[in-house]
Amino acid sequence: MTDDVDQKRRHFLTVATAVTGGVGIAFAMYPFLASLKPSARAQALGAPVEVPIGMLEPGEMIRVMWRGRVVYILRRDPGMLSRLHEVTDLLRDPDSADEEQQPIFAVNEYRSLKPEYLVVEGSCTHLGCAPLAQFEVGPADDWFGGFFCPCHGSRFDLAGRVYKGVPAPANLRVPPYRFIREDIIMIGAESGAA
Amino acid sequence: MARIESEIGVPKGGFMKWIDDRFPWTETMKYHITQYYASKNFNWWYIFGVLAMVVLIIQLFTGIFLTMNYKPSADEAFASVEYIMRDVEWGWLIRYMHSTGASFFFIVIYLHMFRAMLYGSYQKPRELIWIIGMLIFFATFAEAFAGYLLPWGQMSYWGAQVIISLFGAIPAVGESVVEYIRGDYSISDITLNRFFALHVVLIPIALIALVFVHIVALHHVGSNNPDGVEIKDHKGPDGIPLDGVAFHPYHTSKDLVGIIVFLMVFCAVVFFAPDMGGYFLEHANFEPANMMATPEHIAPVWYFTPFYAILRAVPDKLWGAVLMASAVLLPLFLPWLDRSRVRSIRYRGWMHRLALTLFVISFVTLGWLGMQPVESIYVTMSRIFSVVYFGFFLLMPYYTVIDKTRPVPDRVVYRG
Repeated sequence: MTDDVDQKRRHFLTVATAVTGGVGIAFAMYPFLASLKPSARAQALGAPVEVPIGMLEPGEMIRVMWRGRVVYILRRDPGMLSRLHEVTDLLRDPDSADEEQQPIFAVNEYRSLKPEYLVVEGSCTHLGCAPLAQFEVGPADDWFGGFFCPCHGSRFDLAGRVYKGVPAPANLRVPPYRFIREDIIMIGAESGAA
Repeated sequence: MARIESEIGVPKGGFMKWIDDRFPWTETMKYHITQYYASKNFNWWYIFGVLAMVVLIIQLFTGIFLTMNYKPSADEAFASVEYIMRDVEWGWLIRYMHSTGASFFFIVIYLHMFRAMLYGSYQKPRELIWIIGMLIFFATFAEAFAGYLLPWGQMSYWGAQVIISLFGAIPAVGESVVEYIRGDYSISDITLNRFFALHVVLIPIALIALVFVHIVALHHVGSNNPDGVEIKDHKGPDGIPLDGVAFHPYHTSKDLVGIIVFLMVFCAVVFFAPDMGGYFLEHANFEPANMMATPEHIAPVWYFTPFYAILRAVPDKLWGAVLMASAVLLPLFLPWLDRSRVRSIRYRGWMHRLALTLFVISFVTLGWLGMQPVESIYVTMSRIFSVVYFGFFLLMPYYTVIDKTRPVPDRVVYRG
């Protein structure tokens, strides 16, 4: 009996057992891997937030938290708005062509709903540091005010548009938002009630 | 129960026989310790392997005691570390041993790796030892990175932000990968909790397993030596390599001296300069994490900075991440990049010596540059030294072939 082992049959059974077991393990891994995704609670905390902006003076900026991220709300004065046109040539994406970086309503020269108010996520599109607000012009010749990332030197203008030749690949992201009233912004929702 | 030395390892009966019939204790002790023959001409470069084990044990031991008081939650983590530092009896010592141990781990491992480069210890037949060692190095990187988030200070938070965001550079799926690693839309309590699990359970288990395999592979092929000659090629009539001496008691007693000297330095740092002027514990990390503001000057801990400087040298997100990852991964291929027939630097020509010198200079300088602020002079320098770093590896297949080597002796050269 021991001499006539059917090697082909044995090989087939070995492979079949290994494959079946392997598929079973792969399926059994899914619950564990899926448990690492953002939980229901983490998703619920992504709810919209209301921000009163009535107290903002021209040229002033506030920071608020939404989905655990910083959002900058800057009230631009007329000088700041006019400077947006001077830097166009220095920018990588001056016309907001990258659709990922803003809702459609913000695809305009100011990247905002109302020209005065800039709402952007304070998270550098390079590696996520919070860019510093440096609104004064100069001291460098090519600095017209905007945001500077201290981590890796990325630069953005007063509409959160990225400069050429810096590590950040894209403009600062504009979150979905809308004005509930003249002086209240809701971040995280474009339309409808909260 | 006094026994003469020759009897140890050949139990005739009694308790040891009872054990050995059931578990290969004596056999294992002989194979790995009392009859493992390593070259007699080891110099002080050969101390760092043992020291890496010593630091690993320090880290495991102090780590266990830290977990007894640490709380892995965003609300409590920072305060619980302060609690360990101030209110737990001797807590400051245990914590400083652990944080200092992290830096010493890298000092020792970098020197251990450099030793292998000096004497060609990665060459055939020791390629697997080198690769397993590199895996230990990667695991240690992951372990240190996960551990640095736990105190939940400013550098913990923003360092993790930057490093995790690196995965966002992967085309198409990058953002989803980042979200999956964090388990949230930003670095949060959830991220901290899972990094804690990785830091205290998964990665330590992986590290211990890898160290075990590293040593098994080493004892299978035998240790290299400063002359890079194979001591097993010349055995005496008793089958023992003529140039080898038993690991125990000869190498162990020598290692003990090294361990004592090491512990003196280690204790001096723990007691008198636990933050090492900001190099071992960064000053910004004494502030709790603030999601609203990045520290003005952000840099990783010193052992990451050579690779961080390479990342910053590239003004492009994807290519910066790719080059940094390549810089970390390239040493894996050393056994095949080095085409020289000679192992040890003692018998290599000027080209390899020059290349290795330039490599060390570039690595140390990049490490320094990675701590500097982003200014154009530093960026330019980072680019120059990045080229040198990559040149060392990528040109290696050429210069190791044309380099003139000197004849290698048959037996090790004993330099008194």
